[in-house]
Formats: sequence, C-alpha cells, structure tokens
Amino acid sequence: MNTGYEETCQVVVVGAGHAGCEAALACARLGLETILFTVSVDSIALMPCNPNIGGTSKGHLVREVDALGGEMGKNIDRTFIQSKMLNLSKGPAVHSLRAQADKAEYSRSMRKVLENTDHLSIVQAEVTEILVRDEWKETLEEGKNTEKVLAKRQVTGVRTYSGACYHAKAVILCTGTYLRARCIYGDVSTHTGPNGLQAANYLTDSLKDLGIEMLRFKTGTPARIDRRSIDFSKMEEQLGDDRIVPFSFTTDPEKIQKEQASCWLTYTNEKTHEIIRKNLDRSPLYSGIIEGTGPRYCPSIEDKVVKFADKSRHQVFIEPEGLHTNEMYVGGMSSSLPEDVQHAMYSSVAGLEHVKIVRNAYAIEYDCIDPRQLRPTLEFKEIQGLFSGGQFNGSSGYEEAAAQGLIAGINATREILGKEQLILDRSQAYIGVLIDDLVTKENREPYRMMTSRAEYRLLLRQDNADLRLTKIGYEMGLISKERYEYLLEKERLIEEEMKRIQKVHVGTSPEVQQFLERQESTPLTSGITLSELIRRPELNYDILEEVDPGRPKLSQEVRDQVNINIKYDGYIKRQKKQAEQFQKMEAKRIPEELDYDAVGSLRTEARQKLKMYRPSSIGQASRISGVSPADISVLLIYLESWRRNRNRKEEKSILLEEESKQSE
Amino acid sequence: MNQDTIAAIATAMSNSGIGIVRISGPQAFSIAEKVFVPKNQKKKLSQESGYTLHYGTIRDEEELLDEVLVLLMRAPHSYTAEDTVEIDCHGGILILKRILQTVIKNGARLAEPGEFTKRAFLNGRIDLSQAEAVMDLIEAKSEAVRKNSLSQLRGSVQKKIRLLREQILYEIAFLESALDDPEHVSLDGYADHLDKELTGWLREIEKWLLWGKNGRILKEGIKTVIVGKPNAGKSSLLNALLGQERAIVTEIAGTTRDVLEEHLQMQEVHLNILDTAGIHETEDVVEKIGVSRAMAHTEDADLILYVVDASVPLTRDDDMIGDLVKDKKTIILLNKSDLETIITPEEMEERLRKPVISISAREEHGIWELEKAIENLFFQGELEAEQDLLITNLRQEKLLEDTGKSLNLVRTSIENQMPEDFYSIDLMEAYTSLGKILGEEVGEDLVNEIFGKFCMGK
Repeated sequence: MNTGYEETCQVVVVGAGHAGCEAALACARLGLETILFTVSVDSIALMPCNPNIGGTSKGHLVREVDALGGEMGKNIDRTFIQSKMLNLSKGPAVHSLRAQADKAEYSRSMRKVLENTDHLSIVQAEVTEILVRDEWKETLEEGKNTEKVLAKRQVTGVRTYSGACYHAKAVILCTGTYLRARCIYGDVSTHTGPNGLQAANYLTDSLKDLGIEMLRFKTGTPARIDRRSIDFSKMEEQLGDDRIVPFSFTTDPEKIQKEQASCWLTYTNEKTHEIIRKNLDRSPLYSGIIEGTGPRYCPSIEDKVVKFADKSRHQVFIEPEGLHTNEMYVGGMSSSLPEDVQHAMYSSVAGLEHVKIVRNAYAIEYDCIDPRQLRPTLEFKEIQGLFSGGQFNGSSGYEEAAAQGLIAGINATREILGKEQLILDRSQAYIGVLIDDLVTKENREPYRMMTSRAEYRLLLRQDNADLRLTKIGYEMGLISKERYEYLLEKERLIEEEMKRIQKVHVGTSPEVQQFLERQESTPLTSGITLSELIRRPELNYDILEEVDPGRPKLSQEVRDQVNINIKYDGYIKRQKKQAEQFQKMEAKRIPEELDYDAVGSLRTEARQKLKMYRPSSIGQASRISGVSPADISVLLIYLESWRRNRNRKEEKSILLEEESKQSE
Repeated sequence: MNQDTIAAIATAMSNSGIGIVRISGPQAFSIAEKVFVPKNQKKKLSQESGYTLHYGTIRDEEELLDEVLVLLMRAPHSYTAEDTVEIDCHGGILILKRILQTVIKNGARLAEPGEFTKRAFLNGRIDLSQAEAVMDLIEAKSEAVRKNSLSQLRGSVQKKIRLLREQILYEIAFLESALDDPEHVSLDGYADHLDKELTGWLREIEKWLLWGKNGRILKEGIKTVIVGKPNAGKSSLLNALLGQERAIVTEIAGTTRDVLEEHLQMQEVHLNILDTAGIHETEDVVEKIGVSRAMAHTEDADLILYVVDASVPLTRDDDMIGDLVKDKKTIILLNKSDLETIITPEEMEERLRKPVISISAREEHGIWELEKAIENLFFQGELEAEQDLLITNLRQEKLLEDTGKSLNLVRTSIENQMPEDFYSIDLMEAYTSLGKILGEEVGEDLVNEIFGKFCMGK
C-alpha cells in the first residue's frame, strides 16, 4: 500500500478541529510550512456537540486565545447568532461571554481563514503512523559488552493510510475524539467518529509502539430535534444581550450589533425521571458496554437523575444549530439510552410533547493520552518535536482545545526556530491553569475548564485578557505592531484616568447630595475623592460621570478597567499577593537532569511520582498528588546545595584555568 | 547581607530557670543597650569588646524584669558571623518571654525557626554548601523533623485548628461548586449562613489568642502518656499527680474512653500528661476508638508511664503494651501496692528492662519517688522538653491573628454586599494561614523554608 509519495514541510498538524486549526494557523502565521491533515475537509472546525462558544470560564479561554493572536474569538464574532454575558449579578471575575454559533457558518468561516493563510495547506488523509528517528548512545563499561541506550527520540514526520510520507520537524497531534472512536446508544454501537464521520483506527497502535500510554475516555451529546415539532409557548424565551460584547479585542463592537436568534428554556419533570430510572438497565453506561470514563461536569441526563435524585426537575435549553436549519440542540439532556427511551424521555418534557428527533443522542468513546506524559509546553517528554492538543490530551470542550492548539503551535514553531518555549503559569491565564492541571494532576475523566480551578481568578478576568497576554502574543509574533501599540495606548489611558480620579475631590455641594440621594447612597458629611465613591457598592465609575465634570472622553473598555481596578482595589491587591507567593515557587526550576535517586530523604511514593512526571518547577512538583510539603522541602534544600556545588565547581575550573595560564 | 536584627530564645524551654535570649544582627548592640542596665552605669555595651561578660539588669521601660549576664560577640566572631548579644537570664519561661518581647519592642524582629543557622550559613560561617553534609543533616534530623512538623501543636488545640480549617475549606468548596453549577447549587441566603459561621470562628480564634497572651501555654513541657490495661489505676495516678479529681475514677473498667490532657508543674519539670483509655482487645466501638487513640499517643510521647495492676496476673494485653513501649522512655508503675500483690518489681524489670516503681495511686504512696525519677531522667538529659515552644507560639499567634484578619475581611465583604465569589479570596487566605500553623502549607522562600523545617532550635 506504499504509494511512494513523499513531501517535506516543517510542521504537520493532525486533525482540523478547534485545536488543530489554532495550531496550524499559529505555525503558518509564524512562517513555517505547515500541512494540516483531516479525515474530511468538510468537517474543519466542526462543532459536533453544543452550538455555542464560551460560557463560564470557557469564555475566558476564548478571550485569552484571542489576546495571544488565535482565531477562535474572531471566528465566533463573524458567525454568532446570539450573544450573552453570563453571571452579571456576580463579581467581574466570573462574568463570562457566551455566543450561540451558526455551526455551518462557523465551520465554513474557519475553513476560509485556513485556506487563505500563507504557508498552510490542507490535506485530506488519515494519518496512521508517527515517524521518528532514534539516536543511540553506546555505553562503554570495562569487561562488559557495549550496550546501546536510547539517547534521544526525534519526530521526523507522519505516514498516511495510503503510505505517503510527510517529513516534518514537528508534529502536532489534535485528533480529538476520532482515535478508535465508537458511538453508542442503547445496545447500538458504530465504529465512527462524531456525526458518523470516519474514525481513525490505526494511529493508536503507532503511538503505543512509541511507548505512549493511552487512556479511553467517553463523552456524549444530546439529540437534535426539528424546530417545527416544538411548542415554544410552554417554554421561556432566552434573549441575547441588548448590547453585544464581541469576543475578539480586535472586533469593533459597533459592527456586530445585530438581530439575534432566541434560545428557549424548559425543564424535565418527574415523568421524565421516571422513564429514565425505569430504563437505566438499558443504558450502555450502566450495563458496562461503555468502558470509557465520562465527564462528571458535563453529565448525561441519566447521570443527573441518579446523582441529584432529590431534584424534581433539571433545566433543558433548546438552542438553534444555525440560521439555515430547523435542527435544534437539546442542551442539558445528553444521553446514551436506547432510541425508544430517548423518544419517550424527550417527549415527556414540556413543549416537546410532539417532538421529532432528527439525530439521536449518543455517547462517544475514544482514545486519548495521559497528558502527564507532556511537558507544560505540550511537547511529549520522551519524543522531541511531538506536540499535542485538545481532546487527545484528555480535555473536553472546543475552547479548551483551541487554547491548547494555540500553545502547541507556538511551541512547535519556537522549537524549530530554536527559541525559548512559552509556558503560561496559573497566575497569568486560564490557559496556564488548564495546561498545568492537565500535565500535573491525575485526570480520570475529560477535563473541563471551570472557574473554581483558577486560584487567582480576580486577576484572570475575561475583560483584561488583552492586558495580561497581548504583549506575550506580540513577542511570539502573532500580534501585529498596530494592535500592540493600541494596547499600550489603552494601558496608558487606564493608568492616567485612575491617577486622575484618585485626586478628584467631590465636595458636599447640593448637586452631589441630590445625586447621591437619587442613587440611594448615603449623603456626604465631608469631602471625599471620586475613587472612594466608586468603591461604594451602589455606585460605579460610569454613574458618577454626573458629578465628575472634568472627565475625559474614554472608550467603554477603558472605563470598565478603571471601574474594576478602583472598585475592587483591595481584593485585587490581596489576590496579587497570593499570586506572588505562588510565582516564587514556580520560579524555582528543577533541572531536567536531576537524579531523584540521589535526593536522600524523599519518601518512596514521592520519589516514584517525581521520577515518573519529572516536574519542571518546585511549584509544579508541589501539585503532584503524593508529594507532601516535607518532600518539597527536601527537594528545595537539595536543589540549593546542588546549585551551590555547581557554582563552586565552575569557580574552581575558572581558578584552575587562571592558574594554568599564570604558570604558562 | 541581612539588614535587620533578629532575636529568639536560644535555649530549650523548661522551667530549669536559666535560659538565653540571643540577639543577632547589625543593631544587636544598640538594642541590648536599650534594655540592659549595667551594674556599672557608666559602661556602654557598644564600646565594650567582644567575648566579654557584663552583669546588670533587664528593664522594660521602668519595670525590672531580671538580673542577667550579657555576653557580647563581635562580627564575625559569633555563630552567625554577625554582632551578637546573648542575655543569660534565670527567671523562668515567663520572664524569658517578657525579655524577648522587650527586645523585640526595641527594634529586633522575632527570628524565624532556624534563622540563626540560616544566617550562619549565608554569612559563610558554616559550610553547608557541600551537598552530602546537608543531606546528612537532613537525614539525621528527618525523624525529628517529621515528628516536629507533625507535633507542632498537639492535642486539643491542634484538633480545633484542623477542624476550623476544614470548616473553612467546606465553605470555599461550597462557594466554588455554586459558581460551577449554579443550576444545582443555590446561594440563596448563603451570606447570612456564612456570617454566622464567621462570628463563631472569630470568637474561637479570639479565645485561643487570649489563652496565648495570658501565658496559658498551649504546648510546653514533656509529653507524658499514661498507659495500661483498663482499671489498672491510670486515672487514679493522674489524680494523685495533680492532687485533684480530674479524671473520672470508678470501679468500672473502661471509664476513660477518650484521652484527657493535663498540665503538671513539678518542682523543676513541666509535664503535659495524657491519661488514655485502657489498652485491651475490645469489641465496643467507642472503646476501640479510645484504644487506638491511646496507642497513637504513645507513638509520639516523650515519656510513658506504664501502670500495671500488681494485684492481678499479667495477660496478653500486657504483651501488647510491652511491645508499644519497648522503644520508648518508660517508667513502669506497679500500682495497688496497698493490696495483696502477685507481681514483683524484679519480675517487671526483668520482663521489660525498664525502671520500676511500686506505688499506690489511691493511697498516694510512691508519687514522690515517681516525681524524683522523672526529674532525674530530665537532668540526666534523657528527657528533653520540646523545642518549638515560644517561637512557634509567637509565630502561631501571628498566623492566628492573620487568620482573624482575613475572616474579618470576609465579613466586610458580606456587609458591603459584595458578590459571593469575592468571599473565597479571603477565606482562602485564612485557610492558608491555618495551614502554616499546622505545617501543611509550604511557604514561599527557599532558604527560609529549608532552615525553618530542618534546623529548628538553633
């Protein structure tokens, strides 16, 4: 089956989902010849599950991807049909943007971007093998036979199903849910990827041959139903925001204000739950047909009914799949129950009495890796040049995938160009939290981003992603000079305005007192600065314009930053302190060549874990389960003495050199 | 180089009467001058040469604290290679504390655990740069270290702090889950609930702080555990030692189901005495817990008092206890000498190779001999008081205060009607501070951390 076809490029990206697209775009935009493989060109940037981008904490990821120069935010801004800022009643840390996408448009639009990016070509083929070059080292021990030891393994390219070889310096695996995929509902199972697409059945074996440890995960999706069969009068209409906020910092808000589609909210009821409970034994999850581990945080309706047995109802969101289709997504009711049960279950929900199912709900099982085999750069520890991102790394979600794809793309490029790798830490970005969790913690189910995972979330807001990351994006080469300068100007304006309002004095004039009365705020007994007024719970920067005649005209994004920074100043400062403590531990790097067997007092369990996962910093080591604070202290003192010893050796060798020079 | 001046009590804490407060750093001499009044009033410490001793008194403002000898060491000829002043005092623990506080009031900073050693190291006074030596040091200490970090605070206070920490964590987890899954976790009325919790927690913390300030010593002295079979007379012994009815003494075996802790100040030595449930095989669930606690306590005891009822024969349970105390500093007490005895001291000594004393706890016979025996052990250096006394107490005090501050900030957030997601910032801070008290949080700074953990006491 060898066609003998060969081609050479610089980077190969396997898979054109949300991770693959970002990875390929990053590499190509940075000037590397990139080939993007997909089993079907028609399924580029496919959204096989929910028809939205963003949501709690996921919206943050999209913002961060955008701030670093990724495509996802721009693409959803081009193709959304409804947009909503979630959690507005809560603090700014948890405000999250979510947009409903026109799925077909989203996919088409991303494809157009890929097709028109220089240095990027798309190839429809199934990659079946990863090609590597091994470098061996001979051990020379006296009286013994020489033994060959693997010194380094470097990726050299990929082979496709037809036998064609594509040579590359780096390969990025973004195979999503396609590896040995199997879709299941009831006792029906098909060996296909999502939406009946062709699965990739061979690559797993090649990866295993390379010593990569594989896991099997499971996820699921609800049914799609015919809009015409829904009685919306029994549901609550969910409108988009009056004022649409774009995802991308580059999108002009004025240009995307438009007519929006509606979503609808209904609920399951006791009857629904009864149907599910009665048929639990027919669920492939409970009968054991499915071996893979599913996500706890994105549970199927049968999981919810079992887990929250005391709840008499669960939310069901009916969301359009696009503007040019009648298919609607039944959010909150993913399932792998048999077809007849699905019909009974869905039609028991208010408004769905006469529902017509277009596509059944199903669960999907697939191969992925234990991501602890990766460095925080997303490169495999054991194979140089092999990177991976997305669901292949054991995560779930489009946004998580895009974030990893972008980082993998950046780092693959930088490795080829001999530049320092990019690692974002937990205090810099949700992306940092995501990747650190993946490569450090034991993960037994598809990993989903959640607000609670970010320790420093008041610093990692969606509204300041550009202020946090766009400089880095610029250094990486993915942000234009123009955008960078715009950011610097924004920073300057924010700073100046903050300085100004800390000095603006508000007196006890009748106008001010009347204003405060109108805002149901306590009148002033003496003069006060404007910033102090902003801190009152019932007031904010924008409202106070009335009593601030000297205010310069500023854009909404600048005004928002000023407001948040002043209003939550104390909290932000305290969180910054916490983040600094954290960063100190992150800054303590552990040299790759460290021999843990030489570290005397480590406990056995800790030694094993550390040897297995070889953390890159003390901070990362401290997050590995099974490594205790005492072990960390032992490691710290060992590293310090190791460092001192090395310095002393260097000094000695310098001295010796000088001595020998003098004697000459 | 270190700019500030540190101070700490450099000797083990016991009521032996004599102790040293050490001051090290550039201001050591000037600080000492502020608190020390020499016998010869014309003398100025800062003009005296190194390695000289000076007699006088320590005063806090006008109040006379103690008569002392002051030893001066000039940089680099001291342990830390900095200017160092050692104040030899003899007023006991409370006076030592007062003197340290006065020194701190006059410009010194309380030394972190191990900070003198750290400075010695950083100033090149001791050579720790050889990896092997360092590792040996850790190796040699690791058992003690583990014990130390585990036992930083033992007994009821540690339990309470741990419990408080768990309660805070529970609230953090609840808040976070509500953020992640608002559909299923509601925050309605949560602020009121949390406010109530906060009130309770803050009251507790205030109480603990007050204890510390009143000189109520959370943990000082020799951890002494009384063990024995049920009804051997353990509680009677405790009562006899304390001279008051504390433990419930009855004729029914198994009365002491949990662990009682008492403090006993003997003439020279301070004991923390734990009376434990009788160790025996039992099916009773509650008793089982008592027994396993008793066994756990013997593991980190400094001294075990093994009470044997001399009027009844030994059983399998005695073998079990024998195993438990085998490697421990133990005194065997043959109790009930007032009754007809069937076990002799010689027999017991032969059996366990530990000192044996015949007593009658009920008649309070032999108690004096026991006290003498304990004091002898202590002065022969076979028993040591625990090391983390004042330093950690002051540190703990500070951390507890920090915890209180953080919790108060949460209350402020509630008062100001901040969104719930703000609560967790300060709750987390409180959680971390408590973790530091318990030694369950790794601090930030490398060298501080290392020497804090591994070189306690110096």
